[in-house]
Amino acid sequence: MSRYPILPALALAACEPSPSYLRPSGYVGDRQAALGWVLLLIAAFVIVVVSALVIAAVYHRRPAASGSMRATGGLRWIVVGGVAIPAAILLATMVYSMVVLAQTARASTAPALTVQVTGHRWWWEVRYPGTESSEVVTGANEIHIPVGVPVKLELSTGDVIHSFWIPQLAGKTDLIPGQRNLAWIEADRPGSYRGQCAEYCGLQHAHMMITVVAQPRGEFTRWLAAQRQPATAPTDGEALVGRDLFVRSACSLCHTVRGTEAGGILGPDLTHVGSRRMIAAGTLSNTPGNLTGWIENPQASKPGVIMPAIPFQPNQLHAVVTYLRALE
Amino acid sequence: MTTATAQLGRLEHTMVRSPGFWGMMLLIATEAALFAYLLFSYFYLASMATSPWPPDGPPKLDLVLPNTGLLLLSSGSMYWAESGIRSGRTARLRVGLLITLVLGAIFLTIQGIEYSKKTFSPTTHAYGSLFFTITGFHGAHVFAGLLMIAVITVRAFLGHFRQGAHEAVTNVSWYWHFVDLVWLCVFTSLYLSPHFG
Amino acid sequence: MATVAPPLPTAAQDQRLRRIWETKPGLFGFFGTVDHKKIGKRYLVTSLVFLLLGGAEAAVMRLQLAHSNQHLVTPEQYNQLFTMHGVTMIFWYAAPVLSGFSNFLWPLLIGSRDMAFPRLNAYSYWTFLLSGLFLYSSVLVGQSPDGGWFAYVPLTGSAFSPGLNLDFYALALLFLTISATVGAINFIVTLFKLRAPGMSINRIPIFMWGTLTNSFSILFALPALSVACVMLYLDRRFGTHFFDAAAGGHPLLWQHLFWIFGHPWVYIVVLPAMGIVSDALPTFCRRPLVGYTAVALATVTTGILGFGVWVHHMFATGLPPLALSFFSAASFAITIPSAIAVFAWIATIWTGRPVIRTSFLFMAGFIVLFVIGGVSGVATAAASFDQQLTDTYFVVAHLHYVLIGINLFGVAAGVYYWFPKMTGRMLDERLGRWNFWTMFLGFNLGFFPMHISGLLGMPRRVYTYPAGLGWDTVNLITTVGAFLFAVGVLLLIANLVRSRLTGAAAGPNPWDGPTLEWAISSPPPPYNFAVIPTVGSRHPLWEDRLKEGARTVLAEGPTLDQEKTTLETSPLDAVLTDVLRMPEDSLYPVLHAVGLTAVFYGLLIRSTALSLVGGILVLALTIGWLWPARRELEAES
Ligand code: HEA
Ligand code: HEA
Ligand code: HEC
Ligand code: CUA
Ligand SMILES: [Cu+2]
Repeated sequence: MSRYPILPALALAACEPSPSYLRPSGYVGDRQAALGWVLLLIAAFVIVVVSALVIAAVYHRRPAASGSMRATGGLRWIVVGGVAIPAAILLATMVYSMVVLAQTARASTAPALTVQVTGHRWWWEVRYPGTESSEVVTGANEIHIPVGVPVKLELSTGDVIHSFWIPQLAGKTDLIPGQRNLAWIEADRPGSYRGQCAEYCGLQHAHMMITVVAQPRGEFTRWLAAQRQPATAPTDGEALVGRDLFVRSACSLCHTVRGTEAGGILGPDLTHVGSRRMIAAGTLSNTPGNLTGWIENPQASKPGVIMPAIPFQPNQLHAVVTYLRALE
Repeated sequence: MTTATAQLGRLEHTMVRSPGFWGMMLLIATEAALFAYLLFSYFYLASMATSPWPPDGPPKLDLVLPNTGLLLLSSGSMYWAESGIRSGRTARLRVGLLITLVLGAIFLTIQGIEYSKKTFSPTTHAYGSLFFTITGFHGAHVFAGLLMIAVITVRAFLGHFRQGAHEAVTNVSWYWHFVDLVWLCVFTSLYLSPHFG
Repeated sequence: MATVAPPLPTAAQDQRLRRIWETKPGLFGFFGTVDHKKIGKRYLVTSLVFLLLGGAEAAVMRLQLAHSNQHLVTPEQYNQLFTMHGVTMIFWYAAPVLSGFSNFLWPLLIGSRDMAFPRLNAYSYWTFLLSGLFLYSSVLVGQSPDGGWFAYVPLTGSAFSPGLNLDFYALALLFLTISATVGAINFIVTLFKLRAPGMSINRIPIFMWGTLTNSFSILFALPALSVACVMLYLDRRFGTHFFDAAAGGHPLLWQHLFWIFGHPWVYIVVLPAMGIVSDALPTFCRRPLVGYTAVALATVTTGILGFGVWVHHMFATGLPPLALSFFSAASFAITIPSAIAVFAWIATIWTGRPVIRTSFLFMAGFIVLFVIGGVSGVATAAASFDQQLTDTYFVVAHLHYVLIGINLFGVAAGVYYWFPKMTGRMLDERLGRWNFWTMFLGFNLGFFPMHISGLLGMPRRVYTYPAGLGWDTVNLITTVGAFLFAVGVLLLIANLVRSRLTGAAAGPNPWDGPTLEWAISSPPPPYNFAVIPTVGSRHPLWEDRLKEGARTVLAEGPTLDQEKTTLETSPLDAVLTDVLRMPEDSLYPVLHAVGLTAVFYGLLIRSTALSLVGGILVLALTIGWLWPARRELEAES
């Protein structure tokens, strides 16, 4: 729900959940949205006034034409309309926007938690650092945060420039080779917030989504604890077959499953892939069918993706999927 | 031109510069901007550098100092040549141009020798890329300048220039002085500045 | 009323001057002509073709985006489409189309017989054309640039873009740079040296202030692009490390260089168009422009401030807030000069007696669109909100409102205004109204919704988008509007073709315009002015009505009908200083441009031999070009 009047056109979309930064949640998002509305209203005002003036200028009644042509006059228009009024409006908005910039540049309170986000073509690596390796959690395309506290993000990239953007939580910060950018987000309502890479990064720039899941503290700590566990060893036969296939085939060259020999780093860590809502950076919802289709031929749903199609027999494929589904 | 001017009566001749001269000045302006952006790139990367800059210490000055002197000298000889033809001394023009040609050529040769002595290449690191690109760009301009001078030297020996009829010489000399000025900027930025701070 | 009905040359005079100035028929004349009017028209036609190409690319993009999850084109094709679209429109349409007007009008506006460097003028056209063909030859090998029009590294480096795509980009732009630079030099020198006696600098049309500012901006901004493109090419071709963070380079170096060039460029492609409006609008309002000096100063100020705002394209790159604030403030400040122009136009209409013709409609529309695009620019100028807006369709909306609003609409107004002068025929008014309204309504229908899709969080440069985000409806509307707009553009083309063949005869001064170009027949004779006028005011043809007294002399003065010459005057107050010998038609420009093409293809396919051959050819031609003709030497003795 928006706390601001909805543009008629936004109403068009109101029926669907749109990731609009004009429906913010949290410290940064709120302030940027408020500023946004002010700017948009000023814009609308200026457009209406000037358009009206143009029409009036053409059609207003005029004194009967005299023989000669008018050579002078009209300068007051420039002084008042062209300089004085705009200067006043602009000065005020400028100051306001700089206040917001100052407010949003730093966290309101010391961040409770730091998350390292690394951009890859075309997925997000999400890392929760810890003092010892057993505490470290590496996931993909999903950031879980506790509600109501600022979270610090350390942004870097593994290849080209990407841009981290969760419209409802905060504006963009680029991920740039050779420099570590900082950003921070804070959600004041539980729920999941859609985000998307906002800097053109090649073929699949369109499919580089990320989701921020804001949870009540307790829920979040439970989630983190679960993620810290290595992969649950499969119990039933097929999953076991699946695991061996996964570890012995090319999969393990690119994917890590903590607790197995699979230690590849070219692709997302799959230790808890079963727990994710989406796969392939928000391209597909995480269902058995999609998972099967994805592994069978990733290029179909995400042309150009780095992951190749690995030839499996149908039964092998089924086994691998069963295994991955089990990685809760 | 005589017939045309006849219709005009009096021409108000104030110290007038020809369109060609204006063209040369604007060319110089945009070229100056080009080098400004090259040096901007140098200082930008220097300011962003995380490792020592320049990577293997400030560049040696043993060759470049005399070479700089040489180039300044060539500006002198160019001026001498051009002022010569301004007062109608064709011989001085020819000699001056030849001297400038030689000095410029020596400058390029020495720069080549310095290149060969460098311990890094354009592909070693960003500093190397900048060093060779910037000095290379300047070298290319020196070369272009030498070509221009070569042409007007030929024309000088063909007797194309007289007092009050030597626009090409004036324009080329301006270009040459510009190329020298650019070198002073390149020299202070790439060679001297690393020695201080 | 001598000033209103200018004297037509006597048959004898006309013959003498034609023998001197007319381009020879046949192939030599076609390739060798240096007539600024021919060159200007070629510029216009060529850039309109590029508009159609870029538009066709856009049309495909719009079909792909009309609905979510479409597969009309592959991601690869889409990326090439939007890159070629942006590059074509910005570099091969928006700027050259204005050079077209400048080339055709420049000497006519200042009462001269040609540009200061007629052969250089032809050269800038040929390099423009050939660089464009060079760029589009990438389509033949299916490797068109696909890095976006600002081609951020490292994505555009050889590691992530191994193909020829980005080599085409870097080299084509370097090639075009040459054309723009020589063009700019030519305009500046012509303006300062070739004005008719008495046309002091404060009497030149605003359009010339626009092009003058744009030319200086080109000279100082374009080298940044050249440097960037050279570095990109070197990185790709020879493995240098300018942008390679791992070896001491930095990706942001590219962004700084590109936008130091890029922002001045966006004013480069509008200032002359704003000038067109400032000059044509008064004609239809039957009064001089309000605040000539203010508008002239605003034009120059915009050009200068334009160099101080580039970082507003980099608000999300993690620069310190202080830096962002500075460039944000500068971006706010730059709106004031624009506001001055906008209100000068409104005041001119208000205090004048508007005569509504198609050209006028386009100018009125221009003002409205300028304001819409301008204020969305102000929204993005607020750094903290831009961190939300940047790289969304809101920016796409902004850039089209300004580029189409202030460039294309200004161009259309200029076309309707000067077409009679260029061809001697009027454009059809009825078709014109249809043309305007389809373009105006289509444009707003198509591009206003882009603001909304942007506010709904739709990023730019995505080849498709998922359903269920509220983006489908707005995108469908956008597509419909875009095609309506395309129809409008095609109507313009149709009107041009039709009127060229069957339009009503125009006569010297169909709009009763005030400036010098209207004092001569339409189309102008090869020699422009039979008698070089002596200018006494800003509105030579309105002096009687303005009760300024007839100060301009069109009837008598130098005819210069013995040799190919024109007058040279002093830079500021235009007192006569000399008579200039103008060059004959020549094949050097076109051949030189061909030589360059060889050089660039050599660099593209990495064939040193080809580059060398081209280089030597270029060198030889340069010497031949500059070598004085015998008569000059005699003249000097
Ligand atoms: C045609 C060229 C053109 C023009 C004239 C402008 C004009 C302006 N532009 Fe625009 N701009 C572009 C072309 C242009 N722009 C392009 C192509 C891009 C995208 C590049 C890319 O990423 O692909 C861009 C992007 C762009 C950005 C970066 C957005 C982003 O990527 O995040 C910004 C940010 O500050 C900006 C600002 C401005 C401003 C402040 C003006 C001002 O000059 C506008 C001033 C005019 C007015 C404001 C209207 C008249 C004034 C009044 C009627 C007075 C009353 C007004 C007020 C009180 C507000 N522009
Ligand atoms: C002057 C500049 C200019 C102009 C006139 C246009 C015109 C149009 N542009 Fe523009 N556009 C840009 C400059 C311009 N654009 C720039 C700089 C970008 C950024 C690129 C980037 O991100 O790198 C951009 C990006 C851009 C995008 C965003 C792409 C993306 O981010 O994914 C879109 C999407 O709708 C779009 C659409 C259009 C449309 C529908 C038109 C319409 O106005 C076109 C109207 C149609 C015509 C003028 C042609 C009509 C004729 C036919 C269609 C058929 C006949 C054709 C032939 C005979 C060849 N453009
Ligand atoms: C060449 C490296 C490579 C190989 C081999 C590979 N993958 Fe991947 N995989 C990737 C990359 C890269 C991604 C991320 C793709 C994207 O989202 O753009 C990925 C994504 C995935 C995902 C989705 C993860 C998520 O959370 O989005 C799954 C599941 C997956 N791979 C399973 C497999 C399986 C099973 C195999 C073996 C049959 C395999 N991969 C082989 C590189 C590889
Ligand atoms: Cu990553 Cu776009
Ligand atoms: Cu800008």
